[in-house]
Amino acid sequence: MFATIRHWLDARFDWDDLTAPLRHKTVPSHRLSYWYFLGGITLFLFGIQVATGILLLLYYRPGANEAFESVQYIMTRVRYGWLIRSIHSWSANLMIFTAFAHMFSVLLLKAYRKPRELTWVSGVILLFLVMGFGFSGYLLPWNTLAFFATKVGTEITGQVPVVGKPMMIFLRGGEEVTGATLTRFFGFHVAVLPGLAAVLLLLHLLLVQRLGISLPPKLEVQWTANPSAKREMKFFPNFLLREMMAWYVALGVLGALAAVFPWNLGVKADPFVPAPAGIKPEWYFLFMFQTLKLIPSKVWFIDGEVLGVLAFGLVGLLWVLLPFFESDQPTRTKGWITGLAVFALAYIAGMSVYGHLAK
Amino acid sequence: MAIWRNKLRSSSAARCFVLAGFVVLAACLAHGQTTNSCMNCHSALPEPLGLSQEKFSQDIHAQQGLTCTSCHGGDPTSDDPDKAMSRKAGWKGKIDRKQIPQLCGTCHSDPAYIRQFNPSLRTDQLGQYRTSVHGKRFAAGDTKVAVCTDCHSVHDIRAPRDPRSTVNPVNVANTCARCHSDAGHMRGYSIPTDQFAKYSESVHHEALALRGDLSAPTCSTCHGNHGAAPPGVDKVQNVCSNCHTFQAQMYEKSSHKAAFQSASLPGCVVCHSNHGIRHPTDAKLGTGPDALCMQCHKPGDACDQARAGLLSSLSRLDEAIKGADQILGVAESSGMEVSEARLGQDQARDSLTKARVTIHSFKTDLIDQDIQAGLQIAAKNLQAGKDAMIERNHRRFGLGMSLIAIGIVLVGLRLYIRKIES
Repeated sequence: MFATIRHWLDARFDWDDLTAPLRHKTVPSHRLSYWYFLGGITLFLFGIQVATGILLLLYYRPGANEAFESVQYIMTRVRYGWLIRSIHSWSANLMIFTAFAHMFSVLLLKAYRKPRELTWVSGVILLFLVMGFGFSGYLLPWNTLAFFATKVGTEITGQVPVVGKPMMIFLRGGEEVTGATLTRFFGFHVAVLPGLAAVLLLLHLLLVQRLGISLPPKLEVQWTANPSAKREMKFFPNFLLREMMAWYVALGVLGALAAVFPWNLGVKADPFVPAPAGIKPEWYFLFMFQTLKLIPSKVWFIDGEVLGVLAFGLVGLLWVLLPFFESDQPTRTKGWITGLAVFALAYIAGMSVYGHLAK
Repeated sequence: MAIWRNKLRSSSAARCFVLAGFVVLAACLAHGQTTNSCMNCHSALPEPLGLSQEKFSQDIHAQQGLTCTSCHGGDPTSDDPDKAMSRKAGWKGKIDRKQIPQLCGTCHSDPAYIRQFNPSLRTDQLGQYRTSVHGKRFAAGDTKVAVCTDCHSVHDIRAPRDPRSTVNPVNVANTCARCHSDAGHMRGYSIPTDQFAKYSESVHHEALALRGDLSAPTCSTCHGNHGAAPPGVDKVQNVCSNCHTFQAQMYEKSSHKAAFQSASLPGCVVCHSNHGIRHPTDAKLGTGPDALCMQCHKPGDACDQARAGLLSSLSRLDEAIKGADQILGVAESSGMEVSEARLGQDQARDSLTKARVTIHSFKTDLIDQDIQAGLQIAAKNLQAGKDAMIERNHRRFGLGMSLIAIGIVLVGLRLYIRKIES
């Protein structure tokens, strides 16, 4: 039957010619190949997010008076609603985790180097967009924790000099976090961010397809010196089947988390009650939050929080442009980017743990 | 500067100097008028004549612009003690205790005067005081009883809303206890001195002092403040009903009201006591040490049977609520969404509270209505908890099946990869 369909398509669209690159595409095979699955797993989780997000849209109602109740309805009344919502929430967190892991694996395996600078740039911007998905989606159930986390988060945005206050008002849809913020965040979450992410994702995948999968520099030197040591495998089906195995494992982990630890709904947000003690953002913002907490209120004549926000903004920008700071002859750089990556990884992990434990 | 350099005529200069002289003179006079020679001396004197400026500045009268002379008379502008404290200048010296209520009443009974400072402040304190036990005894010549300054303090009188005030609701009981818990001071009055000790263990004290609930009663809430007196035996329910409205309405229509009145028993106090009111428990309907009903009723009579039935029903509802709570707790800790049933539990608890309130009607059919309503809600919540647990087990079973399916696919994929690569 598949052969018939293939023949039918081939007769009309020259299918075999179209799929030839896929059939001939090869990927390097070595002991570090498994790290390259992280990008694919992140893509798989993004697909899960799109699918479960569309299903949630069937019942979710944005609005301060309806959002919490609609999510409660999804969790208790809609058949398998609890599973869809829990998978959406867990998958979001796993996706951010695998996106971070993918980024650091790219850094440590030097996959960002020429000619893949733009792949890196699009990937880091995608990571920022994914964090934006997390921030905007966190408010949508309109529970107490989400409400106050958004309040704190948007307040931090307001610290940016000159444009901070207008940005905060734009994000909130007013001076305070209200129902207007919720509908605005909903719009960002289901329209603006998906649109941007789709374009960037397409670009990212096209660049990966065009430039191929990179090889770690040491291995490249070895294989160039000794071509007989070179090992490759076909992308289709060999690599894709392995990737599918990784997706199945991710699916199993996701299902187990959703079934054993269904995502908590919390208590409906009440803007008139005081913020719960020790309120913290989601784990992926914790390292920034904790850093801002540790900066003194005044550094020289600059407000500590403003300085922190500006520093993070600058670091973010430099991080996007990181490949362009490496010289054309990377051996001369003595691997400072590797050192930086290890430091950033240790800093993010350390500050996140500290932020989690701190009161 | 142009003026000083040249252009000023001599007549203008003279006028300027005269004007400057007047300004200096007026400043000196003003300084003289604000001089308070009372504080100059008394702030340096030891107790009991000493009074610091800091202490007096906390006094609400001082804050409103009143001075020492407002009560004590005299001439504070004179630095000469003989002139400042001369009878000629209206100096009254230390106010005689017998004169205190009347002196305070001079202003506090004058609506036109008080209105300038606080239009909503009452001006009937002196009138009320004269009707109080304190006031009546005072009028009869007993100067040991409380006068204004005993409760409000002297020279650092604060508004009652100020938490540091001796008559702030949180501090009233302590203020009253200064005399009423002092056995020596109260000797000769033939009233107990354990009221404060009992009140300190009461549910009212817990609400007021520990939970900070300013609506909870203190001494003055039941006895009155300026007109303080014990409520009459047959008027106790009028005091309690100010807060416990439903209980009072039911008691009013109950058979116990007439029975208590005919026996000259003080209503609510018969079952709940007065100063040492504890949180009532269902054990009061039992036959144990805390039992109340059986203090009057005989075992086996109709009332005893009704009591036993009520106790059983209340216990049944209490157990039903606890049972539902327990299973909902387990379901919740398993990640199940049971917030609706949790909300329903509050309704069941409300029914239990309502049933306990309805006991004051002493009508079993009315109480039973509340209990049945509560039992129905608790049963529904229990079922919701059981359903949640069944659903949890289904989920885990489904997860197990899914993981097995995923495992089979993984093994299949691995075998297929091995096959195509061999």
